[in-house]
Amino acid sequence: MTTAIAVSGLVKTFGRTRALDGLDLTVTTGEVHGFLGPNGAGKSTTIRVLLGLLRADGGTAELLGGDPWADATTLHRRLAYVPGDVSLWPGLTGGEVIDLLGRLRGGLDRQRRADLLERFELDPRKKGRAYSKGNRQKVALVAALASDVELLILDEPSSGLDPLMESVFQECVAEEKRRGRTVLLSSHILAEVEALCDRVSIIRQGRTVETGTLGELRHLTRTAISAEVDTVPPQLAGLDHVHDLSVTGNRVRFDVDTAQLSAVLRLLTDGGLRGLTSQPPTLEELFLRHYSDDITDSGSQSDGSQNDGSQDDGTGGAPAGRSAEAEKAGAPR
Amino acid sequence: MTALTGTGALLRLALRRDRIMLAAWILVFVVSAAGSAAATIDLYPDEQARVSAAVTTNSTPTLVALYGWVFDTHSLGAISLFKLTAFGSALVALFALLLVTRHTRAEEEAGRLELVGAAVVGRHAALAAAVLVAAGASVTLGLVTAVALIGVGLPAAGSFAFGSAWAALGIAFAGVAAVAAQLTTAARAANGIAAGVLGVAYLVRAVGDSAGTDGPTALSWFSPIGWAQQVRPYAGDRWWVLSLLIVFAVVTVAGAFALVARRDHGAGLLPDRPGPAGAAPALAGPLALAWRLHRGTVLGWTVAFALLGGVLGGMAGNVSGFLDSPRAKEFITRLGGQQGITDAFLAAEMSFIGVFVSAFGVQVAMRMRTEETSLRAEPLLATATSRLRFAMGHLAVALAGAVLLLTVAGLSAGLVHGASSDMGQLPRVLGAALVNLPAVLVLTGVVVAAFGLLPRFATAGWVALTAFVLLGQLGPILRLDQWVMDLSPFTHTPRLPGPALSVAPLLWLTAVAVLLFGVGLTAFRRRDITS
Repeated sequence: MTTAIAVSGLVKTFGRTRALDGLDLTVTTGEVHGFLGPNGAGKSTTIRVLLGLLRADGGTAELLGGDPWADATTLHRRLAYVPGDVSLWPGLTGGEVIDLLGRLRGGLDRQRRADLLERFELDPRKKGRAYSKGNRQKVALVAALASDVELLILDEPSSGLDPLMESVFQECVAEEKRRGRTVLLSSHILAEVEALCDRVSIIRQGRTVETGTLGELRHLTRTAISAEVDTVPPQLAGLDHVHDLSVTGNRVRFDVDTAQLSAVLRLLTDGGLRGLTSQPPTLEELFLRHYSDDITDSGSQSDGSQNDGSQDDGTGGAPAGRSAEAEKAGAPR
Repeated sequence: MTALTGTGALLRLALRRDRIMLAAWILVFVVSAAGSAAATIDLYPDEQARVSAAVTTNSTPTLVALYGWVFDTHSLGAISLFKLTAFGSALVALFALLLVTRHTRAEEEAGRLELVGAAVVGRHAALAAAVLVAAGASVTLGLVTAVALIGVGLPAAGSFAFGSAWAALGIAFAGVAAVAAQLTTAARAANGIAAGVLGVAYLVRAVGDSAGTDGPTALSWFSPIGWAQQVRPYAGDRWWVLSLLIVFAVVTVAGAFALVARRDHGAGLLPDRPGPAGAAPALAGPLALAWRLHRGTVLGWTVAFALLGGVLGGMAGNVSGFLDSPRAKEFITRLGGQQGITDAFLAAEMSFIGVFVSAFGVQVAMRMRTEETSLRAEPLLATATSRLRFAMGHLAVALAGAVLLLTVAGLSAGLVHGASSDMGQLPRVLGAALVNLPAVLVLTGVVVAAFGLLPRFATAGWVALTAFVLLGQLGPILRLDQWVMDLSPFTHTPRLPGPALSVAPLLWLTAVAVLLFGVGLTAFRRRDITS
C-alpha cells in the first residue's frame, strides 16, 4: 500500500492567525478519504497547500511522492481539483471551461465527458454568468471527473447540488474508487461521508483531532443503554466508562464508552438481564463532539474532570491537544 | 413596504462606498474646466488674438467635428471652453453612466443586491438610489464647476449655463444606463450598451456640426450631446434647451422603472445566447485563454485608436494655420519640439497616444489580479499551468496589444496626415507612435511588480499612470524640479517626429521595464495565491 498524501506537522499562518497548527493527514492510494471539520478549521487551507497555491510555514507535505510546492506543475498533471467556491469566466460556456481545464491537465476522456454531462443534466452551452451555484459546481465536477488523473481533490464539491444530483455525485465518486483512483473529499454532508469514505480525518483549529475508519471512530464514542435487570450490579456506579447513570427500580439507563461495551454487558447479564435496548452513536454525535468546542468544555467542567477552563475559542486547552482518553472522559453524550 | 422602501439606506451605502471616488472624479472635472479656462485666458490676452483663433477653429472641420462650434467668436468663455462643451459633457455622461451600472447591474451580477434585496428594501430601491447618486453627483459637479469658472474670471450666467449643461447631460445618461442595466445580465455589457449610445450621440452631433451649410446640420439636434452644446454657454445662454435634456432624462428613467418591474432579479431582458458546447481546439493553454478574455478589449481599443489616429492626423495639417498667435506658437514649440509646429503637434498628440496605450497595458495586466481575487486563477493553477505561464499569457496580450495599438494609431495618423501632405510622413508618424513603447512597458511593469510583491496594491499601476500624467501636465506649470519630472517614463520618451532620435533613454526605460517584470514575476512565483 502506498501513500498518496502524507502531511505531517503542517503549519500555515496568515499574519497572527494560525490557520494550520501542526496538521497531520495521511491518504492511502486507492482510498476515499473524508476530510472533515467545522468552518474555518483549515480544510481549504490544507488543500491549497497540497495544490502548491500556498506555501507552508512548517511541517512536511508530500503529494503523489512529490513536493506540492516545488513540483506543482508536474504533480498537477496527475490530479484534478474541484474548489468549494467555483467561479467561472462570465463569457465562456460551461463546455468550453470543461474542455479548457481538461486540456490544461493533459487530457479529457470524451466519452466520459458526454456521459457525465448527461448524468448531471448539465447544459454545456450556457455562459458562465448564467449558471446557478449548483451548475457551476457541476461544471467543475465534470471537468475533474472526466480528466484522466490518479487523484481527485474535492473541496465540498456537492454543496449546492440538489439531492438527486448528490446521489449522482456519490455514484461517480464510487466509480472513481473502483477505477483505483484516490479521492480526498472535504465534506459536511454526513450521509455522503458515510456512504463514500473508507477513512476520515477530523480537523479542528488547524490540527487533526481524529483519524481512522468510521468504525474506529464510532468506537471512540458512547452507546446509550437502557436495561431491565433482576438486580442492579452495584459496580456499575463506580466504572469510569459509564456515564449519566440513572436507576429507577429495576431499570437502569446510562451511556457507556463503546470500547467497553462488552464488559458492561457482562455485568448486566450477571445481574439477570430481562430486557435491553442499545442505541449506537450516530455520526452526528461523532461530529458534534469534535465540531463544538463549547459543548466539550462545559461537559468536562460539569463532570469535574480535567480541564484548563478555556471557554470559548479553546486556544489553550482545546481538545485537539488532548489524548483520546482524556477526550472521552470529558465528552458528553 | 413600497417599491421604494430602503432607497435612503441604499443611497447612504452607495455614498459611503464611493465617497473618495466621487470626490476625486468631481475634482478632476472641476480642475480641468477651470484650468483650461485659465490657460486660455493666459494664452490669448487680447481680444483680436482670441477672435482670430476662434475663427480659425470654426473653419477647421476636424476641430469642429471633434469639439463643435465656437458659437460666439468674441466670447472669452465660449473660446475657453469650446473643447469641453461637447467632449467634456460626454465625459461627465460617461462618469454618470458608469456610476449607475456600478450600483445596479454590477451589484446584481455580483449577487450582493440579492443579499440587500432580501432585507427590507423595495424592488425599485436599488435603481432609484443609483439614479439619485448619479444625478446628485452630476449636479454637484456642475455647480462646483460653475463656481470655479466664475472664480477664474468668466461671467456668472455663462458659467452656470455651462455647469448646467454638464449636469443635465450627466443625468440624461444616468437614465440611459438605467435602461441598459435592465437589458443585459452582465455589467460590462450594460456599460457597453450605454457607452455605445453615448458614442453614437457624439458621432451624430459630429456629423451635424461639421456638415456644410447645405448638409444635414439638423442632425446635431438629434443628439443629447448636441443639446448640451446648443445651451451655448457664454454665447447666448439658451436655458430652454436644458429642458430637452431633462425630458430625455425623465423618459429614460421612467422607462427603466417600467422595465425593472417586468423582469426577474438577476435576469436581463435581452436573453443570454447559448454558446458552443465545447471549446475550439485552439483554446488549449493559458495564452489562448488570456487572448479569449482580452480579445473584446483589444478589438475595441484597436477601433478607437484607428479613429483617434485618423482624427489627429487630420488635425495635424491644420495646426500651423490654427495657431496664429505668436504666443501659441511659442507655447507649442516649447511643449513639443524644435522642428516646425506640425511636428510639435504630432509629437504632443503621439505622447497622449502613449498615455492611452499605457492605460491599456495597465488594464490588461491588472486582469491577473482580478483573476486571482475572483477565484478563477486557483483552479487554473491547480492544473499543469505554471504560475509563470499564467502570468505570461496575460502579459503577452498586454505587450502584443500595446505594439498593435501603437502601430494602428501611428499608421492611421500617418496615412491621414500623409494624404494631405506627402506619404513620406507615414514612417515618421509611425515611429513617433512606436517610440512610446518603452514607457508603456514601464507602466505595465509597475503593475507586474506590484502584483508580485504587494498583490493587494496592484492598482498601483493606475496610481502611477495618473501621477505620471499629472506630472507631465502640471510639472512645468508648478515649476517642479527636474528630478521629480524625471520620475515619469513619459519625461524620458524622445519627442518624435523630431530632429534626432536619442536611443539611450529608450534603452534605459526598457531596462527598467525588464527589471520590474523580472521582480514581479519572481515574487509571484514565490508568494501565496490569495483572494
